[in-house]
Order: sequence, then C-alpha cells, then structure tokens
Amino acid sequence: MTGLATQNENDPDKAVISTSNWRLVYRKLKKNKTALWGGYLILLLILVAIVGPYLTTHDPVRVDFSNRLQSPSAEFWLGTDHNGRDIFTRLIHGMQITLIVGFSSVLVGAVIGVPLGILAGFYGGALDSVIMRFIDVLLAFPGILLAIALVSVLGGSIGSVIVAVAVFSIPTFARVVRGSTLTIKKLEYIDAVRALGATDLRIIVKHVLPNILSPIIVQSTLRIAIAILVASALSFLGLGAQPPSPEWGRMLSDGRNYMFDYPHVALFPGLAIVVAVLAFNLFGDGLRDALDPKTKK
Amino acid sequence: MTASQPLLQVINLKQYFPIKGGFFGATVNHVKAVDDISFDVHEGETVSIVGESGCGKSTTGRSILRLEHPSAGEVRFQGKDMVSLSSSELRQTRKDLQIIFQDPYASINPRQTVADVLMEALEIQSIVPKAQRRERALELLETVGLGAYQIDRYPHEFSGGQRQRIGIARALAVNPKLIICDEAVSALDVSIQAQILNLLKQLQRDFKLTYIFISHDLGVVRHISDRIIVMYLGKIVEIADKKSLFEKPQHPYTQALLSSIPTYDPKAKTERIPLKGDVPSPIDPPEGCRFHTRCPYAQERCRVEEPKLVNLKDLQAGHEAACHYAGDLPERN
Repeated sequence: MTGLATQNENDPDKAVISTSNWRLVYRKLKKNKTALWGGYLILLLILVAIVGPYLTTHDPVRVDFSNRLQSPSAEFWLGTDHNGRDIFTRLIHGMQITLIVGFSSVLVGAVIGVPLGILAGFYGGALDSVIMRFIDVLLAFPGILLAIALVSVLGGSIGSVIVAVAVFSIPTFARVVRGSTLTIKKLEYIDAVRALGATDLRIIVKHVLPNILSPIIVQSTLRIAIAILVASALSFLGLGAQPPSPEWGRMLSDGRNYMFDYPHVALFPGLAIVVAVLAFNLFGDGLRDALDPKTKK
Repeated sequence: MTASQPLLQVINLKQYFPIKGGFFGATVNHVKAVDDISFDVHEGETVSIVGESGCGKSTTGRSILRLEHPSAGEVRFQGKDMVSLSSSELRQTRKDLQIIFQDPYASINPRQTVADVLMEALEIQSIVPKAQRRERALELLETVGLGAYQIDRYPHEFSGGQRQRIGIARALAVNPKLIICDEAVSALDVSIQAQILNLLKQLQRDFKLTYIFISHDLGVVRHISDRIIVMYLGKIVEIADKKSLFEKPQHPYTQALLSSIPTYDPKAKTERIPLKGDVPSPIDPPEGCRFHTRCPYAQERCRVEEPKLVNLKDLQAGHEAACHYAGDLPERN
C-alpha cells in the first residue's frame, strides 16, 4: 500500500482529484459579483445577529418616554421610536429573530417537503397522486392567507410564525424535488445499482438525494428571503412576534402611525427587511446559475 | 447426462407498457414493446439481439433483469423463475445477472468516486468483508485495464471508454454468471469499441461469462457473438448461429439488415435492399406478419396469418425463421 500511496502523490493529475464540484461552484459564483455580494451580506447579517446584541449600549425593550421619537443623532444613530427605544439597537437585536425565523421555517419546510417530493417522484402511481393532490390543496390557498389562518389557530408567537411559514414552504420544496427526482430516476446509474440488488432506501439516500441537492439548496436560499418577508408581514399584522419584541415587521407596524412626522421610525426597519431579503435573493439567484451544469464554461 | 440445461430460458415473454390518458389516468392502450418471445441462452455463449431502434431489444434485456416487471411469460435463470421471485429473493439473485449500459456518461453516479462505485457493489451483495473491499476494488480496476491510482477519481475525470471500463468493473464486482451488454459499445469511437469488445471477450474467457449482447450494429455483433437473434417490432424474426445467419439469412428483414452492413472494399458491389417506409407503431402492430408492410415479398397470406418461428429442412438445427416463404426467397448473402 505504501508504494501505491507514493504513486498517488507523484501523479501530476492528483490535483484534479480534490477539485470537487463545490470548488467549481465557488469559482463560478466568484464571477457573479452581485451574487457574491449577496453572500457576503448574508455572512455579515449572521455575524451581526450573533455578536451584535453584546455590543449595543442601549436596552432594546426598556421604555424611556423622555427620549421618545428622537431624530437620528450621535447618541441614537437611527433615532428612537414612540417608546423612546433606540431603533438601531432594536434592529440589531431583531436580526436574530429574523434569521432564526427565516432559517428554521425553511428547514422545517424542507424536512417535510423534500421527502414528500422524493416519494412522489420515485414511486409514482397512486402515492404520487395522493401526495401531489395534497400539495395542490396547500398551493390553492394564497400563501399569506394560509399563514394567517395557521397563526390565528396556533396563537401569535415566533414559534407559530415558524410553523406557518414552514407549511407555506412545503409545496415549493415538494414540487421542485419531485421534478428533479423524476429526472434522476430515469438515469442508467439508478438502474445499475438496482440491478446490483440495492434496496429502494439505499437508492434514494445514496443516489437520488445527493444528485438533487443543488435545486434544494437554491430553493432553500430563495425561500429564506420569502420566509423573512412573510414573517415580517405576519408580525406587521400583529399576528407574529408580540411587543415589546424587536421584530422588524412589528417595528414597521409601530412606525406606521408616525409616518408623516417621524418617517425614520418606519423607514429603518423597512430598509432592514429589504436588505435581508435582497441579500438572500441575490445569493440564491447566483447560486442557481453557479449550480446549473449547463453554464459549465 | 441430460443435455445441459440452458443458463437462461426466456419463455413467452411479453412486456407491454400501458399508455395512460383520458379521465383519471385510465389505461387507454398498450405499447407492445416485447410481444411473446422465447429463447434459450447456454452457459458460456454470447447471444446477440439485433434490430432497429424500438424493436424491443433493450426492453428484452431490462425485462430479463426485472428492471421492468414483465407483463407475462417466464424468465428462468438456472431453472428458477425470476418473475415470481419475492423482492428480497430477487435482490439476492441479482448478483448473478448484471448489465452494462450504453451511455457511459449516464451510467455512473457523478457524485461517487470509482472506489465508492465498486465498493458499494461489493457492499450490497456482501461479496467480501469490509476490510478487503478497497483491495478488491483495486483488483477489479486492474482487471478492466484501469490504473490503481485512478481509484479515487470522479467519473467526470474519465473518458467515455474509461467510464465504460468502470461500468464493466462494477458489473464484474458481484461475480455474475450472465452479463447483458445493452448497446455497450454503441456510444464509443470505433477504436475504443474494439478495445472494449476485446476486453469483454477476454473477461468471458477468464471468468466463464455468458453474454447477451444487445446492439444495432451488425459489424460489432459479427465480431463477438455465437448466436444471433433478430428482432422486429417486439417479435423474434430469425434466430441462428452467427455463421448460418450471415451465410444463409432466411427472413427478408434479416436479409435487408445484412445488406446494409458497409464493406471495407470500396469497389465491392453490394446490393442494398432498401426497406420502404417506417417501422409501424408498436401500439397497434400490423396483423399477420408484422413485417408485411415493408416486405418486398409480401403476399396475401402474410397479411392475415402470423408466421411461426420454424426450423427449415436444409438448414442446421437451431436456425429458425418466422416467415411463410423462408427458403423460397431468392438467395442472398
């Protein structure tokens, strides 16, 4: 075996071996500047969500009427709201809520939607019909309406927002995954492992799933943007995070009453939502291009 | 001793694919891809199935492996009917029958290295203990003419011919008795074709393999087979020894096929027998002899009565053709 190892190291082609598909994806992503900036922005947002709350000097929830509705200044960078709380501090603290809702709702949606899609695509027939009709029922509701209905049943809290947005993401995942599974299962390597005697479980886990990962990743990234938007909308409507939680949609809703005299109260939370959604959208779009085998060159 | 039992017996195999349509996906009709065919394959021989696209040759291979569940008929492998096996019995039996595919770019999972591919085959059938799997994979690579240093590479780092070798190594991993080569060399360059064909022949000698070789390329078939089955529209039209078939083709379809093989001598005069029209649809095949719509010799009888596969008097045993007028047709070769 040692002889083999040295031969391996001397082989000039060895560098090629470690060039995995992911490196290729990164290289293509690097060429797409907007997507790359989207990616950096996401990293920045995550960083702020983790360390930001420790660095702020104001209290995000303590009411201070002596400083209510202050304009942006050196002390209150983005001004204060109607309860005298520093908007910048609240935005930083709200970042965590936004990202947690975005990521976990999409994760839950994917965990349910992906297996449904695989089962429907892989087995076809009656199972396919049953699963996809169920998905059609979910799709038939306008997403936000479905989410509102769910939250009103579950009660207004971050947890129920996550559940609502997850349910709202299931159909997209199931559809995308079913389509990809249909393509993959017709390929000869699936027949080859089946001819070797592989069980369906092995075929699905080791051969179908790894090959439909790219559409799932792209879809997840784009869905996070939508999830953030829907979660904000729910909170805006008073169904999601409850006061005094510094949730962005909630802040936007509070600022609405002072729009004409103190626009900064609504403006900055609105901008924060735009930036977060934009970051995930740009990155997702770029990732889709980078993962598309047709744009290999 | 009894005459050796065939390794594989295909008996009245039918493979119909339903066409769904109409309300609630009701079955409207069937594509009769393989329609009642029977043949035997003996140990150690190479039987080729030839025919144009859509004649059911690949479907035959897939039905034998039960990649499709046959609509009717039996596939007896070493006397055991494959069609009635339970799924766990089937998984065990599968190590004896393997397949090599046409498209070397679609037949290997792009996310697996060669080591993963081969070791997975060994793992599925528990051929060798875990600790020795990598070693066995290296052996297999050598057997098919690849270098041990290539074992940790991904499929996209190989050429088409090399990938086909990986496909062969995967099939060999489980020590099969029968390998179905489904257009195994059709996607390759002529020079690579020759290499792969020679490799297959050598493996046959070394491991006492039996091949069912599915191809549309008569040149390739001539090189590798012992016996040849000619299929047309889901039926066997002629079955014979290679020599007998090439020298005395009986069925008009076989004759037309043979006349289409290009020769190496540009001056040689070959008489092509052009066939009129297209292959009829396997959804609604012609009555009587399925070939009558394109046959230059077709008579009234061919339109009504379906010819059976029969042996002809002055031909050697085993040469059978399904034509009412076989033997009376003008001699061609």
